[in-house]
Amino acid sequence: MSEYIIKNGHVFDPVQGIKGDKKDIAIKDGKIVDKVGSGAKVIDASGKTVMAGAVEIHAHIAGPKVNLGRIYRPEDKLFSCTPTKGMERMGGGASIPTTFKTGYEYAKMGYTTAMEAAMPPMFSRHVHEEIRDTPIIDEGAFPVFGNNWFVLEYLKNHEIENTAAYIAWMLRVTKGYAVKVVNPGGTEAWAWGLNCLSVNDPVPYFDITPAEIVKGLIEANEYLGLPHSMHIHPNNLGNPGCYQTTLDTLALAKGMKANNKFGRETVMHLTHSQFHSYKGTNWGDFESGAKEITDYVNQNKNITIDTGNVTLDETTTMTADGPFEHHLTGLNNLKWANCDVELETAAGVVPYIYSPNISVCAIQWAIGMEIPLMMKDPMRCYITTDHPNAGPFTRYPRVIKWLMSKKARDTQINAFKHKDKVLSQTSIGSIDKELSLYELAQMTRAGPARTLGLANMCGGLKPGMDADVAVYNFNPDKPVANPDDIETAFSRCAYTFKSGVEVVRNGEIVNNGHKRTLWVNVKVNDNPQVMRDINEKFIKYYSMTQNNYEALGHHFVPNPYALEVDATHV
Amino acid sequence: MAKEITVNLISGRTIQQGVAIEGGKEKPLYRTACGIIEMDNEDLKKLGAWKSTNVRVTSDHGSVIVKAIEATQGPHPGVAFIPMGPWANSVVDPNTYSTGMPTFKGTPVKIEVAINEPILLGIELVQKQCGVKVG
Amino acid sequence: MTKTVTDVICPFCGTLCDDLEVVVSDDGKQLLEVYNACVIGTEKFLHSQAKDRVTRPRLRQADGTWKEISYDEAADYTAQMLAKAKKPLMYGWSSTNCEAQSVGNEIAEISRACCDNTAAVCHGTTLIAVQDIGLPTCTLGEVKNRADRVIFWGCNPAHAHPRHMSRYSIFPRGFFTGKGQMSRKLIVIDPRVTDTAKMADVHLQIEQGKDYELLNALRVALKGEWLPDVVAGIPKEKIREAADMMKSGRFGIIFFGMGVTQSIGKNHNIDEAIAVTKDLNEYTKFSIMPMRGHYNVTGSGEVFAWQFGFPYSVDLTRGFARYNPGDTSSIDLLNRGEVDAMFTIGSDPGAHFPISAVKHIANVPSVCIDPHLTPTSGVSKLHVPVAFNGVETGGNCYRMDNVPIDCRKVVEPPAGMLTDEQFLVMVRDRLKKLKGAA
Repeated sequence: MSEYIIKNGHVFDPVQGIKGDKKDIAIKDGKIVDKVGSGAKVIDASGKTVMAGAVEIHAHIAGPKVNLGRIYRPEDKLFSCTPTKGMERMGGGASIPTTFKTGYEYAKMGYTTAMEAAMPPMFSRHVHEEIRDTPIIDEGAFPVFGNNWFVLEYLKNHEIENTAAYIAWMLRVTKGYAVKVVNPGGTEAWAWGLNCLSVNDPVPYFDITPAEIVKGLIEANEYLGLPHSMHIHPNNLGNPGCYQTTLDTLALAKGMKANNKFGRETVMHLTHSQFHSYKGTNWGDFESGAKEITDYVNQNKNITIDTGNVTLDETTTMTADGPFEHHLTGLNNLKWANCDVELETAAGVVPYIYSPNISVCAIQWAIGMEIPLMMKDPMRCYITTDHPNAGPFTRYPRVIKWLMSKKARDTQINAFKHKDKVLSQTSIGSIDKELSLYELAQMTRAGPARTLGLANMCGGLKPGMDADVAVYNFNPDKPVANPDDIETAFSRCAYTFKSGVEVVRNGEIVNNGHKRTLWVNVKVNDNPQVMRDINEKFIKYYSMTQNNYEALGHHFVPNPYALEVDATHV
Repeated sequence: MAKEITVNLISGRTIQQGVAIEGGKEKPLYRTACGIIEMDNEDLKKLGAWKSTNVRVTSDHGSVIVKAIEATQGPHPGVAFIPMGPWANSVVDPNTYSTGMPTFKGTPVKIEVAINEPILLGIELVQKQCGVKVG
Repeated sequence: MTKTVTDVICPFCGTLCDDLEVVVSDDGKQLLEVYNACVIGTEKFLHSQAKDRVTRPRLRQADGTWKEISYDEAADYTAQMLAKAKKPLMYGWSSTNCEAQSVGNEIAEISRACCDNTAAVCHGTTLIAVQDIGLPTCTLGEVKNRADRVIFWGCNPAHAHPRHMSRYSIFPRGFFTGKGQMSRKLIVIDPRVTDTAKMADVHLQIEQGKDYELLNALRVALKGEWLPDVVAGIPKEKIREAADMMKSGRFGIIFFGMGVTQSIGKNHNIDEAIAVTKDLNEYTKFSIMPMRGHYNVTGSGEVFAWQFGFPYSVDLTRGFARYNPGDTSSIDLLNRGEVDAMFTIGSDPGAHFPISAVKHIANVPSVCIDPHLTPTSGVSKLHVPVAFNGVETGGNCYRMDNVPIDCRKVVEPPAGMLTDEQFLVMVRDRLKKLKGAA
């Protein structure tokens, strides 16, 4: 494999505490190394910013609901098609790009690892086919557990060991990465057209509360010692006043400690926190709850969050929170797709236009800004757009511009039709903080990598780690003349390396890389009861046989990378 | 006496059609399954045709010989049914009205007795209409 | 000695039953018996064993006879045909696996083809309607476990999806439907008294082509508003009875088929059916599902969508993907005479397109990849027989509810025969050379 040396760049690496010093980064055999031979190819990074490849902790980029979005929104392709070009297959789509375009766009922005945030287990084979067709970036997928009948039945009796054995089985057969929870209990209730809007609403028939589900899944997660913490989209998303439900959910992690060998210190990841930080009682008195949420998270160090930044675009919302999408179509009257999945979950899809002329959308934008700027520990707060829910991931450079420049934020605030309302309902006007490049590297690299349990592999530039490197045309020594220059610089990398392969040069794809599928292989003690339960449910209630359920074979996971976990000792 | 009647033609699957297409479209069984028109008893009487008579079905879009049989899933007076296949497709309305979908169901057709006309095999029927030279 | 392969997937219809058992000879070369399949599925498995099967590519000669050629020659012919054509149509894909579809898409991209699947003559209008107003749906297991109201609209599963009713929709005893058929009310809407309609609690024998009117009347009835005495041939009392029955269920499902998608009104009929479903969710839980025909037409739509962004009728002639049914759809392309080469795989347009479109296929250079002899192979210049997907090779397929199920190989194909995917890879590699593609 080729050797490279990236010379004279301004390096930002929270893993080693490097804050913009000029440093050479050496690459050999796919890894960062101390030094390389004189034959190494020299990359001149003088006057440029060098970071590890960025890590996406939560995006909907592969699988049935993403593809449903593509199928039912031909309009999303209008003016967003890209022709076949050199290495690149043709692509299309703005908020729900095709798989090829998804891989290219991430790589061009310097992202080298991404997590598909919600995999319906029964559709894992579909998710993996799309992951296979997403070039360059390493990807993992989170199967959803929060409305799964096995989990509901085991946790009703607080059977942690059985829940854990079931999770281990599920991660193996779906080639899954982590325990994802979406509207715990609420989505099962949705199968009858109902919902659970608080952590204490009982789930119809199953007679368990969301609180019991969440606590039980954290316990099972730590019982197994998985790389990632339990990853949650709480109940009551997107409603005025929902911040209280969010605080109730966060409180469920109280006193819980991480147990794993991957260097993860937290037990709960609250995703797209923007959507869960709303105060007020209706859309008229709607206001920001960012302070309440960030205050709590700042004080409770076993929790991480990501932002879910609204980017003020037309986009496509999609979530396993089925009842929410039904609620949303009632609000905006745009086309509603829904799919309930037997024994497991559901999903909904509704297009959405975040208009800067609508006060609620502008306030959502402001809350998304407040959260990362109010978080004291950037290692526990990660930038996402909950792609494509709050906006497409291709807007990360713009989100970065807003976070790094108060001037850019003010320009945006002044452009809002209901500027006064934004300023009165949020505190965005009084926040002067501008994100540093080091904090940016924490929020997009080192932080998410650590929370995903990948701290030894990616998110940093320490020798021994995977050679995922992004070089940006951004000179930190020079004052930023125009905030838009930030957006331009982070849109297209000068160079991106993935596992030591130069995949992007001058913003163009030059190699399709060797994409891997990340999954977690957990060994547990034999559990005949759980195996019997699985067998019985397939015979009686599933519409397919157990022997056809596993995502097995080269055409689903051509290049797997398994993180091994041994949970047999407990 | 050459009577003719006008009916509304629809096409669709039957289980015999399914078996026949998997059994081989070159075989006579395919013709037995799909080279037919299912007609309501009332309409057969109007036409003055016995069951299992060969008839000519003609629309604005083409013409085909099939065997008239009594409706198996009737009564449906005024509606006739040819199982999906080349016989039906010789007469259906190909207009998609800009939807991409031909109007496979709801083509007005004229039916007349054609007792001495042969019903072609499936592949043969298509080849003949397309003018394909076969050796 | 024989051996039994279990959990076999049936590659016939969109029901994609995955509980078949197939008995094969010890050497895995002969398929002897099929259990659990319907009569059509059984025939599909057994016909693969036919002694008169064509096992090598054949090229039509000037005198109309076939000349046997090698797969290499067939791949050369195909690649050259696609390379020369300005607007080739690559049609079919619904009876092959997703891996072959993927390779096919690469070929289409290099040759800048129009690509389309059998949704064009099946549920294409459904897809247009879904693009209009969405689709509240569910997996088939939800129907089995929860549904107490089942509506079949313009579809006849007793004939077209023979095991659908026993596996998912009428008879099975599910988690919340322990009494099976007794737990469910069945409504059938069909202009004929179909074998499905004969089982219904309520059969609305609609006037053919009046689906939109009746669906609209149902929406009115759901809201309790005024109705004319008769709509689409159905007295208003019966419409109200059906509406009340739907509303009073806990979990309902509308299955619909070609009766709605192919009748006049087309996509607008489906718009209205989806609107009925959406309205019903104000009162209870309701879903709607198209009864997809081919066993992997759904998969073709999925692969097109994640690779090109659209589920069918995709036009790549400009170097990027365009979609405009009516313009880029197969029937219209053929009827307008725009296609200058025809590539067919995993489908039989010769039998299932209106004859005017088939005549055009016969007029242009054409390749038909299909294990069977069909009207399409009968009018094509080159016929490439391949292994039966789902019998002689595996590969991923999508059920009508979008659930992916990996097909199983149960026997070896006749010696020397290639699979769809293997042949397509040969074509792709040749085409890349011809076009100088990366």
